[in-house]
Amino acid sequence: MAAQPVDALIDVRNVHKIFGNGTVAIKDMSLTISEGEFVSFLGPSGCGKSTALKMIAGLLSVSAGEIDVNGHPAGQGGETGDIGYVFQDATLMPWANVFDNVFLPLRLQGVSRRDATPRITEVLAQVGLSKFHKSYPRELSGGMKMRVSIARALVTNPKLLLLDEPFAALDEITRFKLNNDVLRLWEENNLTVIFVTHSVFESVYMSSRVVLMGARPGRVIEEIELPRAVGRTDEYRTSAEFGEHARTVTQALERTMTNVDH
Amino acid sequence: MSTIEIHDEDTPVMMNASQLQRERRDKRMQVIMPLGALVIAVLLWEFLVWYNEVPHYLIPAPSLILKTLWVEGPSLLGSAWFTVKLTLMSLALAMIGGVLLGMLFALSRTVEMSLFPFAVILQVTPIVAIAPLILIYVDSTFSALLICAWIVAFFPILSNTVIGIRSADHNLRDMFSLYHATPWQRLRFLLVPSALPYFMAALKIAGGLALIGAVVAEFVAGSAGQNTGLASRILESSFRNEIPKMFAALLLVSLLGIAIFLATSFLSKLVLGKWHESEIKRER
Repeated sequence: MAAQPVDALIDVRNVHKIFGNGTVAIKDMSLTISEGEFVSFLGPSGCGKSTALKMIAGLLSVSAGEIDVNGHPAGQGGETGDIGYVFQDATLMPWANVFDNVFLPLRLQGVSRRDATPRITEVLAQVGLSKFHKSYPRELSGGMKMRVSIARALVTNPKLLLLDEPFAALDEITRFKLNNDVLRLWEENNLTVIFVTHSVFESVYMSSRVVLMGARPGRVIEEIELPRAVGRTDEYRTSAEFGEHARTVTQALERTMTNVDH
Repeated sequence: MSTIEIHDEDTPVMMNASQLQRERRDKRMQVIMPLGALVIAVLLWEFLVWYNEVPHYLIPAPSLILKTLWVEGPSLLGSAWFTVKLTLMSLALAMIGGVLLGMLFALSRTVEMSLFPFAVILQVTPIVAIAPLILIYVDSTFSALLICAWIVAFFPILSNTVIGIRSADHNLRDMFSLYHATPWQRLRFLLVPSALPYFMAALKIAGGLALIGAVVAEFVAGSAGQNTGLASRILESSFRNEIPKMFAALLLVSLLGIAIFLATSFLSKLVLGKWHESEIKRER
């Protein structure tokens, strides 16, 4: 990792993460992500991809090494709201309606309800939930809850969007639709996205780079560059090009699995 | 910026008409069935007492109890007011103490570890055993009774508040960290709402316990003679063999307990009704 690109938004240098019980979750991870990239962390469960994402968000500390996000150490400095985070579950507040759930990040920044309303209306329209401001999470389907969660992550106009296996609990039809929505939001909002997934096809469909991770200990095995997913439609899912990339990534993934099993 | 269309699969879940009707019928039955059973039981009681000519100093008929209640009404109501005051004040103090200490426990493990044993000791020692001591040490009988009732009602609120605050969703906690929420914001927007269902459950239990504590403490204090709560009226009637009056006072205690239960249940529904069933619903 000699010459870093100047516009590196995220710079991960020799990061280790060891949990209190001695588990090595991440071993010597180094990675650079530039502005505007769509990067997938792909790997089997237990490979530390969610841990890596949490460390980049500053939600977990690093045991060794450094992570810089937008020129600041992860979790320190930088503006609140620069990072949007979407969890595997929608993680909405069940006692608050859709509007208030999306309002939360702005409310925590001290923005008044009145000042926040235009932005909330806008971002809810972007995810197709204009008619559901007053609905409670329990009244929504899994896919809609996930849209609320995405709207909440976007409401602060973040530079960086971190998605932690966001669609793993959803059915395939809903997942395909949300895949396209996320790609559209990525283009429209000039986002940099890190997308954690254990689906080869999801990572190939969406990302411009797949970071392949292996388990026990969690580490980066290989990075695979792919064409940028600009203006992509569902037809791509059945194209020969898609199949070719999927094969490349699958084979790489298989190699990591055999490495683990010796 | 473009927007996207919502497809059918994304419309909110609604109950259909027959389901609604069934729910409504269930709700009616919830009122009719217990009331009907109660009326039948009372009538049966009246009939058996009359038919077997049971003397009123053994088991008075419901009609006699009601008559006694009417005749003794003013003096019994005065006693009832004393018990109501005692119960509600102890419950209020239990809520304040339980919630404040619960928050402190939930925020600091050290405080919890050092103080929790005291709370447990207070809880597991039967109040009947502590009450005589409290009555000796505290001058005012009312304050002594209040302390006894408070000890009984306090624990469930404390323990449930702690559990409730701890139960706040971990991902939501992360969410609040991500946006650098202040401790106050975290408390107000995350911890308090998360703890509310647990607190409400505790309140229902504590309401009943406050009444039990008040009655038990009064029984113990009974010989002191200065207090005029319902429990001491029951004792007094028992000494004088006025069984109908005992039943009348007992009826008032029960009614008070029911009123507290209904009030706390209503409050719980009011606060949680909108969202809390959602807890068990999972993604499709």
